Amino acid sequence: MAFKDFIFKKSLWLFHFGGASCNNCDIEILDCLTPRYDVERFGMQLVGSIRHADVLLVNGSINKKDKVRLLEIYHQAPKPILVVAIGACGCTGGIFAEGNTFAGPVDKIIPVDVYIPGCPPKPEAIIGGIVNLINKQPA
Amino acid sequence: MLQNLFHFLIYPGLLFVTVIGGLLSWFDRKVTAMVQFRKGPPILQPFYDFLKLLLVKETILPAQGSKITFLMAPVCALCAAILSGLFILFPLLGIKAGFSGDLIVLFYLLSIPSLAYMIGGLASGNPLASVGASREMKLMISYELTFLLVIAGIILKAGMNIRLFDVLQVQNDTGAFIGSISGVLLFIASIFCLQAKLGLVPFDMAEAETEIMHGHFIEYSGLPYALIKLTKYIMLFILPAFLVAIFMGGFKWQGIHILWSVLKILVVVLLLTLIRNTNPRIKINQAMRFFFLWMNLLAIIAIVLIFFGL
Repeated sequence: MAFKDFIFKKSLWLFHFGGASCNNCDIEILDCLTPRYDVERFGMQLVGSIRHADVLLVNGSINKKDKVRLLEIYHQAPKPILVVAIGACGCTGGIFAEGNTFAGPVDKIIPVDVYIPGCPPKPEAIIGGIVNLINKQPA
Repeated sequence: MLQNLFHFLIYPGLLFVTVIGGLLSWFDRKVTAMVQFRKGPPILQPFYDFLKLLLVKETILPAQGSKITFLMAPVCALCAAILSGLFILFPLLGIKAGFSGDLIVLFYLLSIPSLAYMIGGLASGNPLASVGASREMKLMISYELTFLLVIAGIILKAGMNIRLFDVLQVQNDTGAFIGSISGVLLFIASIFCLQAKLGLVPFDMAEAETEIMHGHFIEYSGLPYALIKLTKYIMLFILPAFLVAIFMGGFKWQGIHILWSVLKILVVVLLLTLIRNTNPRIKINQAMRFFFLWMNLLAIIAIVLIFFGL
C-alpha cells in the first residue's frame, strides 16, 4: 500500500476544470508549467482527457450550470482522484458567494483535498499547495 | 521452448525493450525540457507513470461500444511491438536469427500498433476518438508508401537481400549505407516516417491534446492505458534501432564500439526530439501532401541514384 501511494504521488497528472472563472487563476495555473516554475520536475503533466487524470483542479465560482458539469466530470474520473480548489472563488465563493446563481463553493459539491486561496494565487502558492497535496497522508 | 520464452519475455524481449524504451522516453522528455529551459522530470519518471497506471488507477470501460475490442487492442499493439522488437534486435545484437524476407514481415509488424490504436479508438464509441482514428488512418495511408519505398531502397542497396541479418553483413563489408548520397536521402525520408509512426509533434494530429483531447486514447484509463504507454516506450526504442540497423551498420559489442552503438541510438532519438520541439502541428491534408509529394519524390530520387551506383 505504501508503494502504491509512493508511485501515485510521484506521477500526478492534472486536469483543469475552469468554472465561471475570470481567467486569472487559469493563467496562474498555466504559469506553473512554464520554465520558471516547471512542475514537470515533480512528474506533473497537464492532460486533456479526464480519464487520464489523477488531480482535478477546480477554479472559478461554480454556478448552477457549472455544478452539473463538475459532478459529471467528477464521476467520469477514474478513482483515486484528488481534488484541488484554487482561488478565492473555488475555496469559498469569493465575491460571488452571495449571488443568486451561485451553487456553493467546490467543497459543497465534491470532496476537496487541498485548498489554495488567493485572488489569484501566485504560482509559488500553487506549488505550496502541491507540496501539501504530496505530503498529505491518505485517508 | 524455455529459451524462446526467455528471449520473448526478458532478453531481448519485453523486459529489455521496456527498460531501454523507458530510459529513452525520459531522454526525450529531458531534452524537451532543456530546449524549453526547464529542469525536466527525474530519470525514473516513465516507470512511475507506467506503474501508477498499472497498479493504482481504476479501469473504466465505455458504456457504449465494444468492451472486448476496446481491451484487446492495446494487448495486440504490445504483442506486435515486442515481436518486431525481437526481429530487429536479434540481428542487431549479433545473433544469427530471422529468415529470408523478414524485412517485409517487419514492415507489417511495425504498422500493427497504429492499426490497434485505431481499432481501440473506434471501439470506444467516443466521437472524438473516431475523429482521432480517422486522422490516424489518413496519416497511415500517407506514410506507409514512403516507408515501403525506403525499405525497397535498402533492399536494392544491399544487393536484393531481404533479410535484416544479411543487410547488416553487407554494411559490415562495404560501409554503412548512410555514407552515400542515396543513403542520406533515404535517411531523411525515414526520419519523417518515424516521426509520423511515433505520433510526435509535426504529425501528432491523431492525438492532438488541445483540439481532440488525445484522440483515440481519450477513453482509455488504468491498465489498458498503461499498456499503450508501454507500447509507446517500446516503439521509441525499436524504431530508432531499426533505423540504426538499416542505415548505420548496427551495433558492435567490442571495446569502444559499445559507446558508438549507444551514441547512434541517442543521436536518432535526439533528432526526433529536436524536430518535435521546433515544429508546429500541421493539418492532415498538409501531412498527406508532404508525404505523397515530397517524401515519395525524395525516396524515388534515392532509388534512381542507387541504380547509378551512388
